[in-house]
Amino acid sequence: MFWNDAKIRALIYQALVLLLVLGGLAYFALNAQQAMQDRGITTGLDFLSQASGFAIGEGAIEHGPDDSYFHALKTGAVNTLVVSIASIIGATFIGLFLGVARLSPNKLLSGLARVYVEIFRNTPQLLQIVMWYLLLTNLPGPRDALSPVDGYVYLTNRGINFPVLNNGTSLFLAFVVALVCAAIAVALATRFMDYRLRQTGKADGRMVPIFGAGVLGLGIAWVLLGTPTDLISPTLQGFKYRGGQTITPEFIALFFGLSLYIGAFIGEIVRAGLMSVPKGQLEAADSIPLGRYDRFRLVVLPQALRVMVPPATAQYVSLLKNSALGVAVGYPELYNVTNTTTTLSGQALECVLVMAVFYLSIALTISAVMNVYNRRVQIKER
Amino acid sequence: MAERISHTRLGDGQTLPPPRQQSGFLLALRQSFFNGWVSSIITLALLTMLAMTLPGLWSWAISDAIWSTQDSSVCRAASGACWAVIGEKHRVILFGTYPYDEHWRGALVVALVTGLAVLSAIPRFWSSALFVFWGLTTVLVTILMFGGVFGLPYVGTNKWGGLPLTMIVFMTSVVLGLPLAVVLALGRRSHMPVIRAVCVGIIEVVRGLPLISVLFMMIIILPLFLPTDLTIDKLLRALIGMVIFFAAYAAEVVRGGLQAIPTGQYDAAKALGLSYWPAMIKIILPQALRIVIPALMNDIIRAFKNTTFVSIIGIFDVLGATKASMRDVDWVRYSTEAYIFVALLFFVYCFAMSRYSQFIEKRLDSERER
Repeated sequence: MFWNDAKIRALIYQALVLLLVLGGLAYFALNAQQAMQDRGITTGLDFLSQASGFAIGEGAIEHGPDDSYFHALKTGAVNTLVVSIASIIGATFIGLFLGVARLSPNKLLSGLARVYVEIFRNTPQLLQIVMWYLLLTNLPGPRDALSPVDGYVYLTNRGINFPVLNNGTSLFLAFVVALVCAAIAVALATRFMDYRLRQTGKADGRMVPIFGAGVLGLGIAWVLLGTPTDLISPTLQGFKYRGGQTITPEFIALFFGLSLYIGAFIGEIVRAGLMSVPKGQLEAADSIPLGRYDRFRLVVLPQALRVMVPPATAQYVSLLKNSALGVAVGYPELYNVTNTTTTLSGQALECVLVMAVFYLSIALTISAVMNVYNRRVQIKER
Repeated sequence: MAERISHTRLGDGQTLPPPRQQSGFLLALRQSFFNGWVSSIITLALLTMLAMTLPGLWSWAISDAIWSTQDSSVCRAASGACWAVIGEKHRVILFGTYPYDEHWRGALVVALVTGLAVLSAIPRFWSSALFVFWGLTTVLVTILMFGGVFGLPYVGTNKWGGLPLTMIVFMTSVVLGLPLAVVLALGRRSHMPVIRAVCVGIIEVVRGLPLISVLFMMIIILPLFLPTDLTIDKLLRALIGMVIFFAAYAAEVVRGGLQAIPTGQYDAAKALGLSYWPAMIKIILPQALRIVIPALMNDIIRAFKNTTFVSIIGIFDVLGATKASMRDVDWVRYSTEAYIFVALLFFVYCFAMSRYSQFIEKRLDSERER
């Protein structure tokens, strides 16, 4: 009989599955259409150009009630990206520090790092975000604000006020620019010194040019930022601090919740990566003999990265997606805005679709970028 | 005359001094905390930091804290923590809006699920009987929570809350999610392109979306897709979302296990004349799942922490119930203490699971070496 042929059987199975899936989708679509008709909702993406009727309080872009729904979703998406990128940078630093600290021979340091990792990994992220928010909104009001760096930084229940550079640039932007410039300069200088080593055999005196390149990078960053010479500190005017940069408790709570939680996971990844380098490699490096810094840079790091990159990618993607928890503290990221938009416009299907496309494309982008990087650090087999 | 070289004696009968002591408390102390000047500075800096924070923490959390009172003004007078809030609100935190007189049913559910989970964790009890026990527990939990039979008053899912609800969400996502994950993983490795495409589609889309948005779809979108006269309970809809989300992640882990099984095992199964499902169930899956237990434990721990997400869509799990209980104006200023209690609760479960995961990893490693 024909069902005794595995190929024909496979075809029948697939046809059945296809029928089931398509049938289910068609059934859903028909019901959705009926439901939309009953509620008098016109389907389609036309509503995106209507005025949204709500304002979004914070973010890189301003959003007022007259701006369109599309603009609202865009604002949410930008906010999601801002908090995610800031948190990814934060989580990476925390993770690197924790991973190295946990392997430190100093028992106090490694012990404290371990306590941190266990606490942050074993409690829900949402609970952490809620607790950070509670802590931040329990700070004193603007009139009796705490000032840990006297006269420059003020902690209030309405946010943390930081000074800005005297041309109005945010300190955080300046930090990122300086970091990127210095990193590029140091990497180029290291490359150059490696080149000199291969050409001339001279291995001495590399630290001075590399360090100098770092300083030069910082100088370039200073010029790029418009040669600021002073800071403008926030000052209390009425009930608000003006003149500086105010970071809202919503943003900080979400930023802490994302970076401190994911940082603990990155820390474990870094630790596992460093530990995965066989002891023989270290002994071989010592017998060449490489210095401590070169041993790390040329022997340990390339092998550790191989182990670290894939799980770290997964953590970054997870961080991006969990930025949707901002809804719990009222930070207007994409999910939060989508929620509001759905309630106001009634276009649930379209809103979810827009949101899903955004999250999927960003998650896939991170994966793709990290895959390219991963291919660079993996073993080159020729 | 060339210099005399001796490998046995040094100088004129002089012996080297004995090696310095290689053990002892002081030496261990020095190696652990003051090994070189970097280490010494780190130790001193950390000690200073601890000396600055710990006394304040101690007086807030222990010495100045109020441990039990019915009167929130007592707490207001004290400078320390108000742990009394837990005594005052623990029923709401642990059981939500479940009827007060029926709280024992919720407690029993928590005890049942926890107990069975502990039993299933002990390798000596690993057998197919566990599946029967889980099935029985599911029935028992359903009866206990809903009631309506054996003289138990009926309680609707809208009244469920607190730790029993957290346990139910957790148990459902894992117990139903795992089989679905296995099916998805097998489907992803299937030779039939249509089945593979469907499974890849489900796994990748769900993994690319935030969990809250999956729950949001289940709560808002799913009813649109169904006929108007068919309504699914809100909790059930959330549970479907949790199951699918867990399954998509676990499927990738299971796939890793399937890929680690050498092709020889598949060939051997075929050579024995086993068809697809018997080969999978009797030969491939037992080996593949064994390999991935530690990785699965990570997903299971995450599933436990992720149960808190349902509080965002208005289901009163422990976190949601705590938030609701803190609307009381007398006690709202002690929310921190209440949240610390909830964090501790989660910590105990998650820490136990992560320690167990390490234990099982070691055990499986040693089995492999044998």
